Amino acid sequence: MRIDCPMCGSRDRREYYYQGGAVMLARPAPDAGEAAWDDYLHLRENPAGETEELWQHDGGCGAWLVVTRDTVSHEISNVALAEDVKRAMRKAS
Amino acid sequence: MVELIQISPCAGLLPITLGSVTLDEQDVGRLTSLSPFGDASDLSAALEKAHGCTWPKPNRSTGKDGGRCIWFGRDEALLIGPAPDMGLAKHGAVVDQSDAWAVVSLAGPGAVDVLARLVPVDLRDAAFKRGHTVRTQVMHMNASITKLGTDHLMIMVFRSMAGTLVYDLKGAMAAVASRG
Amino acid sequence: MRLAGKGLVDRSTPVQFSFDGTTYKGFAGDTVASALLANGVKLMGRSFKYHRPRGVLSAGSEEPNALITTGKGAGQEPNVRATVQEVYDGLVTRSQNAWPSLDFDVMAVNDLGAPFLGAGFYYKTFMWPKRFWEAVYEPVIRKAAGLGALSGKSNEDTYERAYAFCDLLVIGAGPTGLMAALTAARAGADVIIADEDSLLGGRLNAETGAVGHQSGAAWAAAVVAELSSMENVRLMSRTTVTGAYDGGMYGALERVNQHTSHRGGGAPLECFWRISAKHAVLAAGALERPIAFQNNDRPGVMTAGAVRAYLNRWGVTPGKRVAVFGNNDDAHRTARDLAAAGVHVVALIDSRNDVAVPDFDGRVFKGAQVCNAAGRKELESITIRTATGEEALQVDCLAVSGGWNPTVHLTCHMGGRPTWREDIQAFVPTDGSIPNMTVAGACNGVFSTQQCLNDGVEAAKAALKALGKKNADVEVPKAEDAPYQMSPLWAVAGKGRAWLDFQNDVSVKDIKQAAVENFRSVEHMKRYTTQGMATDQGKNSNVAALAMLADATGRGIPETGTTTFRPPYSPVSIAAMGAGAQGHGFAPERWTTSHKRSVEMGAPMIEAGLWYRPSYFPKPGESTWRQSCDREVGYVRNAVGVCDVSTLGKIDIQGPDAAKLLDFVYTNMFSSLKVGRVRYGLMLREDGFVMDDGTTARLGEQHFVMTTTTAAAGNVMRHLEFVTQALHPEWEVSFASVTEQWAQFAVAGPKSRELLNGLLDEPIKGESWPFMACGPVSVVGVEGRLFRISFSGEHAYEIAVPSRYGASLFDILLKRAEEMGGGAYGMEALNVLRIEKGFITHAEIEGRATAFDIGAAKMISAKKDCVGKTMAARPGLVDEDRPQLVGLKPVDAAKQLTAGAHLFERDAEAVRINSKGHVSSVGFSPDLGTMIGLGFFARGPERHGEVIRMVDHLRGVETEVEICHPVFLDPEGERVRG
Repeated sequence: MRIDCPMCGSRDRREYYYQGGAVMLARPAPDAGEAAWDDYLHLRENPAGETEELWQHDGGCGAWLVVTRDTVSHEISNVALAEDVKRAMRKAS
Repeated sequence: MVELIQISPCAGLLPITLGSVTLDEQDVGRLTSLSPFGDASDLSAALEKAHGCTWPKPNRSTGKDGGRCIWFGRDEALLIGPAPDMGLAKHGAVVDQSDAWAVVSLAGPGAVDVLARLVPVDLRDAAFKRGHTVRTQVMHMNASITKLGTDHLMIMVFRSMAGTLVYDLKGAMAAVASRG
Repeated sequence: MRLAGKGLVDRSTPVQFSFDGTTYKGFAGDTVASALLANGVKLMGRSFKYHRPRGVLSAGSEEPNALITTGKGAGQEPNVRATVQEVYDGLVTRSQNAWPSLDFDVMAVNDLGAPFLGAGFYYKTFMWPKRFWEAVYEPVIRKAAGLGALSGKSNEDTYERAYAFCDLLVIGAGPTGLMAALTAARAGADVIIADEDSLLGGRLNAETGAVGHQSGAAWAAAVVAELSSMENVRLMSRTTVTGAYDGGMYGALERVNQHTSHRGGGAPLECFWRISAKHAVLAAGALERPIAFQNNDRPGVMTAGAVRAYLNRWGVTPGKRVAVFGNNDDAHRTARDLAAAGVHVVALIDSRNDVAVPDFDGRVFKGAQVCNAAGRKELESITIRTATGEEALQVDCLAVSGGWNPTVHLTCHMGGRPTWREDIQAFVPTDGSIPNMTVAGACNGVFSTQQCLNDGVEAAKAALKALGKKNADVEVPKAEDAPYQMSPLWAVAGKGRAWLDFQNDVSVKDIKQAAVENFRSVEHMKRYTTQGMATDQGKNSNVAALAMLADATGRGIPETGTTTFRPPYSPVSIAAMGAGAQGHGFAPERWTTSHKRSVEMGAPMIEAGLWYRPSYFPKPGESTWRQSCDREVGYVRNAVGVCDVSTLGKIDIQGPDAAKLLDFVYTNMFSSLKVGRVRYGLMLREDGFVMDDGTTARLGEQHFVMTTTTAAAGNVMRHLEFVTQALHPEWEVSFASVTEQWAQFAVAGPKSRELLNGLLDEPIKGESWPFMACGPVSVVGVEGRLFRISFSGEHAYEIAVPSRYGASLFDILLKRAEEMGGGAYGMEALNVLRIEKGFITHAEIEGRATAFDIGAAKMISAKKDCVGKTMAARPGLVDEDRPQLVGLKPVDAAKQLTAGAHLFERDAEAVRINSKGHVSSVGFSPDLGTMIGLGFFARGPERHGEVIRMVDHLRGVETEVEICHPVFLDPEGERVRG
C-alpha cells in the first residue's frame, strides 16, 4: 500500500501512522454538550465505500493528512494536508 | 584543569569499506533547524541575505558545501555548515541541532544499491538527483538522506542510533558486496 | 536416463550432490529432480497422510510430491521442492516423512487403514476420552502426518530485504513476458522482469517449436541477452513474485544463493523484494493438471508437460517405456518429442474419439482412458479401458495431461475472482482484478506461442500508453504452433482411490464424501478435506477438485466457484520476510552518551522504549542488586548522586503562540510562567485520561522547553503535531525535538550545589537559583542549561550540555560525586527515590488513570479550555468510588509488596469482584527500612491509616498493608528547597 503525500510524493505505507476517522478535525466547543463530545470521540461511521481517515507521515515530513480511501477497493482517491482541510473548514463555517 | 572533551556520534565505529562502498562519518559543521512561525517568505529572504541559500522546496536543498540548506520536513529546513545569523530568529524558530544527529556519508559505486536494502524510496540516479533530499526511514529509523553527487549520499539519523545505523548499513553493504 | 545430445544443461560442468546419503552426478543447470531422474531415481517422497510412495509429478514450483530437506544442522531447510532446487557441488538433500527410510517406511501401514482416515477422520474418530485429544491423539497424528522438520536450531543464514521501483513489472519470462519486456524496454520504460526459474524463457526451454529462425530456447536467450544489456532493465531470475498488494506493490522472493554453496560473510541466501510498479504485465503462464484415476499417484506418473520439460530442457527421459494419456492436443507433443528423441512410446491414449494424432511408432487409443496403474514404488503397468474392454500395458512412465490452468493466482490477491471459460475448461483472470495490471499470454488463456508473442507486445503497448510513453517498433517473430483443443475429463470412473491433491492425499471419494456430508461450499470442502492446502496450495488439483464438487452437488463449475487465492504464490520463509530485523536489527538501540561508561562500570542495562538505561552500578562486594540500589539511594539522600536523564523527551517550542499551545495541551496554566522558571505540567488525552506529565521551562517570552517522560516522548510529539496542524493551524508556533541535542544529567542530593559549583564558570547561590529556576550556564567553558528540578525530593538540578560533551561531563560529574561520598545511580534507585516522594510515572498513569485518580483534579485550570478538559469532567471519571492514588506499606515491615497485586478489604474474599484497587509501583526504602508502594484504592484518600489486604495471585504473595499518604518522606518539601 502506498500513500501519495502532498509534500513528499508517493511513499510506502510503512512511513505512515494511522489514526482513525478524519472527524477528529471537528473538535466541538467545550460547552457543546455530552452528545456532541460522545459523537466526536467515540462514534464512527463504518462505510463500505469512501471514508476519510487521518494518517500522519511520521516516517517522512511529519504532516498530518486527510486520506480519502475506499474501504472496499482500498483505492485512495485523495490525500490532503490536515492543516489545509482544517483551514477550509474554518472558512466554510 | 577540567576540560570537556568532544566525542562524535560514530566515534570508534567508522570508516568501513566493503566492496566498492565506503561508509564514513561526516563533520559538516553546525546544524540548525529553521521553522517559520507562519509563512516562510521572510525567513527565506533573511536566509538568502545571511547565508546565500534560499528556503528549500520539499525534497530539495539549496546552497552548497559550507552553506547548505536542506528541506527537513513540513515547515522545517536544516541549515548545514555556518553558525546561524541571529537575525533569522525574528522570522522563525532557530534551534541548534549540531549534536542531535549522526551524519554519515555513503560513497562509491553501489551506494544506491546498499540503500535500496534499507530505504523504501527510489534513490536511483534518474529519480534522485544531486541536491535532492528526502525524509524517510533507514530500516526502522527516521532519517534524512541527501544526494551530494554521483554514488555519494549523506545520511542522518538521531545521534543515539548511530550504532544501529552502522550495524544496518554494514549488513546491507556486505550483502551488496557479496553479489559482486 | 540422460539422453545424448539433448537438453540445455551444461555438460562441461559436472556436479556432485547427495540424496538420502547416496552421491549422484548431475550437471550445472540440473534441478535435484532432473538429476535424480537422470540417475534413474523415481521414488522421491512419501505422501502426507498415507505415506504412499511418490515420485516427481511436475517440473516446476507447483510440485506436490518431491519435497526434500536440504542442508544440515542449523542450515537445514525442509519442504524444498526438488523441481526447483538446483544442484551444486556438495549439496546435501534427503527425503521427508518416512521412517526408517524412504524405501521402507513403517508408517505406510496408514495406507492399509485408509478406510478410517478419509476426509474429516479426525473430527469423527479419536473423540473419546476427551482429554486424549491433546495428550495422545494430536501428537501422534502430527508425528505420523507431515512435511519436513526444522532443525530447532537458530538460523545462522543471512537473509536480505530490498526495495525496487519500476515503470513496468513483467511477471514471468516466457514468450509473452519476454516480448512484453522487450517492447517496453525498447520504448525506454524502466522495466523489471522477474521469473521464478533460473533460466529465463519459460515453456520455450521445454518445447521444441521454433521461434523465428531458431529454436525457442535460442530465441529466448537472445532476447535475454538484449534485455540484460539495457540500463533501463533489471532481469531477476530465480525470483518469484509472491503477492500483489494495494497501490502497485508486489512482493517477490529472490533465491540469491540457494543454488550455490556460498554462505556467510554477509552473502544472503534469499532476498525478499518489495517492488513498487506503476504498471504490471502478468505473464505467469499456465499449469498443467493431471487426470484422476485409480493409483494415479504411482512414481512414474507425471504431467505430460513435465515429461517434455525433462526431455527437452534437461535431456532426461523419465522412463524407457512411456505411455501418454490426455484429453487435449497438447499431450500429443509429448508422444511426438519422445519418439523423436528415440524413446519408446508404448501408446498414446486420447480420451476423445475424433482427433488427429501425430505420426509415431506406437499404438494409438482414441476414446480410451487409463483406469488403473500398478507398481508400488515404481510404475510397472497401466490398465486401459476402451469401448471394447480393458487392456494392460507394461510401462515405466505415464505422461498425463488433463489440460492447462492459467496461473491466475496473483489476480486474486486483492479480492478478484477468476472467470470460467468453457472452451478451455479453465478459469482465466477477470479484467481489472488488480489495478494497473495487464494479463497476457497463457496466463490469460492464450495457448499458442505465436499468440503469446503478439499478446506480450499488446500488453506492453497498453502499459506504455498508461505510462504516457511512445511505442517502439518491435518485430514479432513467427512461431511454430499447433492448435490446442480439449474435451473435459477430470476423473476416470472406477473403484479404488483416484488422487486429486497428491500433497494432502485427497481423493475423488473424499470430495464426494464432503458433498454428502453437506460441505457443499467450496471453502467448506477445502477445510473439511484439506484439498489445496500446504506448500503447493493445490496448484495441480484445485480446479479438478471443484469440478468434482460441482458434479457431486449438481451445479456448474462457475457456480461452484474457486477457493480464495492469497499471497504468497509459493512459500516464503519468515526469515526472508523479516530479513535484517533479528538481533541488533530488531529495533533501533538508542544509547545515551554515558552508555559506554555505564556498561564499563558493569551496569546491567534495561530497555526503556528504544533507549537503554542502567539499572544499577554494582560495586565489588555487592552480591545482590538490592545492595547496589540501597547504596545509590543513600548517595542522593545523604551526599550527591548522578543520573543520566537524557532519555526524557525534550521539545523546543517557540513562537508568538507558544504559550497558547502549552495552555491548550496542559491542564494547568503556562502563559503565566515567568521566564527563567520551570513548572510541572499534566497532559490529558481528549477522552479525559492522563496522557503524560513533565516539566516545562520558560527560556524566553516566546521560548519554552517541554520535557516528556521517556516512554511517551514520541506520542507527545505526535500530539503536538496534531494540535497545531489539525486543530489550530492558525497558531504561529514551531517546535522541534531536542532530545538528542542535549546530554542531561540529574545531580541530586544535599551536596549537589557544591558539586556543580566546582564546574560552573559562575557559581550559583540559593537565591540566584531557587527551586524551579532555570537558565543558561557556562559549564567549564561550554554553553549549557541548568534546571533546578527534582525527581527525588532532594535539593537537585538537571544540567544539560550539547551531546558531544555528554560522555566527558558524565565522567567528571561521577569523579566529583565520588569524591564527595556519592556516585552514579541507576533506574532502580531512581524508582525508590520517586516512590518515597509519591512521584508518579507511567506505572501509575498507564492510560486508565484520570487527573482525579492521581489527586490532581485541581490541576485542571478553570480559566481555560484544554485537551481532555470536557471529558475529564464526566461523572464516571470523578466518581469518589474510583480507585485513587495512595501510599502503601506492609503492616509487618519484613513483608513483601508486589507491583500488579490486587487490593482487597481485610475481610473480603480475594476474588475479582472484590478487588478495590491495585499496586502500581513498589520499592525498598532504606530510610524507612521496609518496602513501600504506590497504588490505587477506592476512596483511598479518605482511608489513610486503615489496614487492607494485598493479594498477588500470580506470585502467591499475600500481605496486610496500611494505606497512607503517597508522600513517605519529607512531606513538607523542605529538602528540595534547601
